Amino acid sequence: MGARNVGAVVKRVEDPRFVTGHGRYTDDIVLPGMLEMAFVRSSEAHAVVKSLDTSAARAVPGVVAVWTIADLGAIAQKPMVQSYPSPAIKQNFTQHPLAKDEVCYVGEAIAVVIAQNRYIAEDAAHLVTVDYESLPHAIDVREAARADAIPAHRGAQSNIAATVAWKFGDAAGAIARAPHVIRETYRQHRGAPHSIEGRGVIAQHEPAADQLTLWSSTQSPFLVRRYLAQYLEREEAGIRVIAPDVGGGFGPKAGHYPEELVAALVAMKLGRPVKWIEDRREHFLTTTQQRDQWWDVEVACEPNGKVLALRAKCIHDNGAYLPYGLLLCMTSIVPFPGPYAIPAVEVTLDCVFTNAVPTSPIRGAGRPCAAFIMERTMDSVARTLGLDRADVRRANFVRRDQFPYETGGRLPTGVTIQYDSGDYAACLDMVMKSSAYTAFEAKRAQAAKSGRWIGMGIASYNEDTGLPPYEGATVKVLPSGRISVELGSCSQGQGLETIVAQIAADQFDVDPEKVIVKTGDTAISAIALSTVGSRVAATAGPSVHLAATQVRDKALRLAALQLEAAEQDLEITRGAVHIKGVAERKVTLGELAKRLVSNVNVPLPNGFTPGLEATAYHTPERPVYANGSNVAQAEVDIETGAVTLLDYRVAHDCGTLINPMLVEGQIVGGVVHGIGNALYEHMKYDPDSGQPVTTNFGDYLLPIATEIPPIRLEHMESPSPLNPLGVKGAGEGGTIPGIACIVSAVEDALKPLGVKLNEYPLSPERLLELIDEKRSAK
Amino acid sequence: MSDRRTIEVTVNGVRHTREVETRLTLGDFLRHELGLTGTHIGCEHGVCGACTIHLDGAAARSCILFAVQAHGCEITTVEGLAKSDGTLHAVQQAFRDHHGLQCGFCTPGMQMTITAFLAENSSPSEKEVREAISGNLCRCTGYQGIVAAALDAAQKLRGA
Ligand code: FES
Ligand code: FES
Repeated sequence: MGARNVGAVVKRVEDPRFVTGHGRYTDDIVLPGMLEMAFVRSSEAHAVVKSLDTSAARAVPGVVAVWTIADLGAIAQKPMVQSYPSPAIKQNFTQHPLAKDEVCYVGEAIAVVIAQNRYIAEDAAHLVTVDYESLPHAIDVREAARADAIPAHRGAQSNIAATVAWKFGDAAGAIARAPHVIRETYRQHRGAPHSIEGRGVIAQHEPAADQLTLWSSTQSPFLVRRYLAQYLEREEAGIRVIAPDVGGGFGPKAGHYPEELVAALVAMKLGRPVKWIEDRREHFLTTTQQRDQWWDVEVACEPNGKVLALRAKCIHDNGAYLPYGLLLCMTSIVPFPGPYAIPAVEVTLDCVFTNAVPTSPIRGAGRPCAAFIMERTMDSVARTLGLDRADVRRANFVRRDQFPYETGGRLPTGVTIQYDSGDYAACLDMVMKSSAYTAFEAKRAQAAKSGRWIGMGIASYNEDTGLPPYEGATVKVLPSGRISVELGSCSQGQGLETIVAQIAADQFDVDPEKVIVKTGDTAISAIALSTVGSRVAATAGPSVHLAATQVRDKALRLAALQLEAAEQDLEITRGAVHIKGVAERKVTLGELAKRLVSNVNVPLPNGFTPGLEATAYHTPERPVYANGSNVAQAEVDIETGAVTLLDYRVAHDCGTLINPMLVEGQIVGGVVHGIGNALYEHMKYDPDSGQPVTTNFGDYLLPIATEIPPIRLEHMESPSPLNPLGVKGAGEGGTIPGIACIVSAVEDALKPLGVKLNEYPLSPERLLELIDEKRSAK
Repeated sequence: MSDRRTIEVTVNGVRHTREVETRLTLGDFLRHELGLTGTHIGCEHGVCGACTIHLDGAAARSCILFAVQAHGCEITTVEGLAKSDGTLHAVQQAFRDHHGLQCGFCTPGMQMTITAFLAENSSPSEKEVREAISGNLCRCTGYQGIVAAALDAAQKLRGA
């Protein structure tokens, strides 16, 4: 056998098509007779649509139809299906594919124009006049959470969708008895997703077979099919959803959207394929985001920095609807207490409706928010008690000898929360060493001499990755001898095709580039769910491994028969089974595969089922926990409030590395997402009008190359005992601690002024305000 | 609404004569009229750089140009970077070698920006590379692999 592929830096198999411009994204697909759609969207934060005049739009040459909800038929009069329903939801609102009469955020779709092309469709959409009766709106989440608040939905009792709690141990008792109790208020805001490819969908209906096909820029073709089937009251078998190449996802492409339903309904009604491609403005207005959370936190600790309890209350801006149920809310509270052994936790969260675009998980979901609270807490404990920030973390970490470690928490399903493996303190040591942590004070003193304000930040985290229940995989040896892997799960850039090719290749000693990988299509028979929550490498990965192992075993069994040898005397080299040490006594995998498809009146070998193939599901009961620690260095210009990041170090443990280069890409990309959240990205709404005011890349800033410091990464590998590859997820591990780490560094730079940073994003304006407050008080 | 003109453009060495609407953007012309879908549209307002092509040798954003403005011009798109025998351009090869791409959506624009930049500055510093791509947004990679790719490609192109 040649070198193992798992663990090696293998260049990506998807790259040749991407670097040459031959990727196939949704907008690249053109079907014969295809029409294009544009939407008429609400210009009001909250209003009743009294009437609509579509006559001018309909008169535009090239316009095929202009439809409202009434035109979409009886089936479309109900609200959309909720992705993660929960009994905790007290008031439930999901939107309609097109607004019925009330619109609850700017951007909500009211009507659809279907035309020969997008240019004509947009022209006509502008000619539709909408007569609104404005309603008062709720946009500030703290105001909206009040009992006497203006309702975001007409006739609602309040704006509280649900109140959820996360609790174990006796936090109240510990807080009452503790020698030190620290109280802080925090504000968080994570902004919009902004994959560079927006959303997009094509729908086609073949009436003869009554078959509906959607191409959608989605993370979850199987879930989109499920929700479409439920909504359209059709069998899933009559719907095929394909995720072609997807230009980034980051969470918000994991659900289903009104435009997908409208496309399906229009294609069925017109009998012609239709396409809708989101533009950037629509992405700002309609793709789910993560906005404000306000936290009140109480922490009880001992003089040595050991945290005894954390009690917190969060007000969460969920926007106008609950498309994902309480998923984002739950991921904001369930991660407590992160990598620390804290005996008592009590977190409650109010999920609040506002008249802003709905929210959903974005890279890390609520986990970066929980990590921000935990990490700012560790820093505030250090500050209050005069301890070193790293020492406080070390004093609280779950220790190596405690794994598997039960936090005391239980998931809603009743499963205990259990951290499977790791060495949190060793990971921290690693990053302290690489960042020369202990030498920083001398560096700061040196910088201060020349009037520079530099600081160092630190943050640790752990993350539940590889979330249950499964992602299926089918591995086949084709008659040609090539290996094929089929997965319903799909990639939005993570390199899934490469890692599954590596895993499968190892069982047959073939080149990963030669493995044929198909992903992201509900026509694939292995069942899949969704590429979210850093889960696919640690769910689909082991499934591919299991399926490949089964195929390998079957090949060996058959080869033993054909070569008249014992199985244990056989091995597989370069895609052929041979007797160990006798390369010429061999049978190729292709020959074995042909034997198992056989032909009419040629019986299969005794005891064999057809096909040299297997489908397998790795079905974990609980997640596997990745972890890491980060150290950042930042400089603040106290005259302008500008932050320059000087250095960023990561020590990271996601179990067995399948491909270190790809893990590094995930972590670095995630850190930069965190930098955006910490310093730049702010989706702003005008409180008076409820209008979004950052709706282009001039007003809303994404991180750009010049603002990014060198990011250096070190890996630790604590294999998970919970899957056969020992792998854990890595897709969000950069973002989760990233925000807290940068805020910690900026605060540290301003330490001589005593500026406390309990919020992000840290715009220069906001930092100057805080700096000036302290300077004028001096 | 439909004011039309005939334009002549050379794209990746092939000459095309087409009648187009005057309001058709160059990006849409390349993608939808010529089927060159490697040029991506990420923002339609000139900020993300995904739509970058070469117009008479200089990097340009095809989403904020009209097709008629390219009349008489030579255009290169990402599809024109590799040799006709399929050998990748040094920048393309370096993107793969240094993991300079994930979803691939920003990639064509990044590569077109970098190839134009390296033609003007054959031995850039890391800082210069970062400045050169500061008008191209990538949400996936954090830019680190892209910068490494550009520096490596520069070296290869210098024959070093
Ligand atoms: S699409 Fe042209 S710059 Fe973004
Ligand atoms: S690789 Fe996805 S946006 Fe750059």
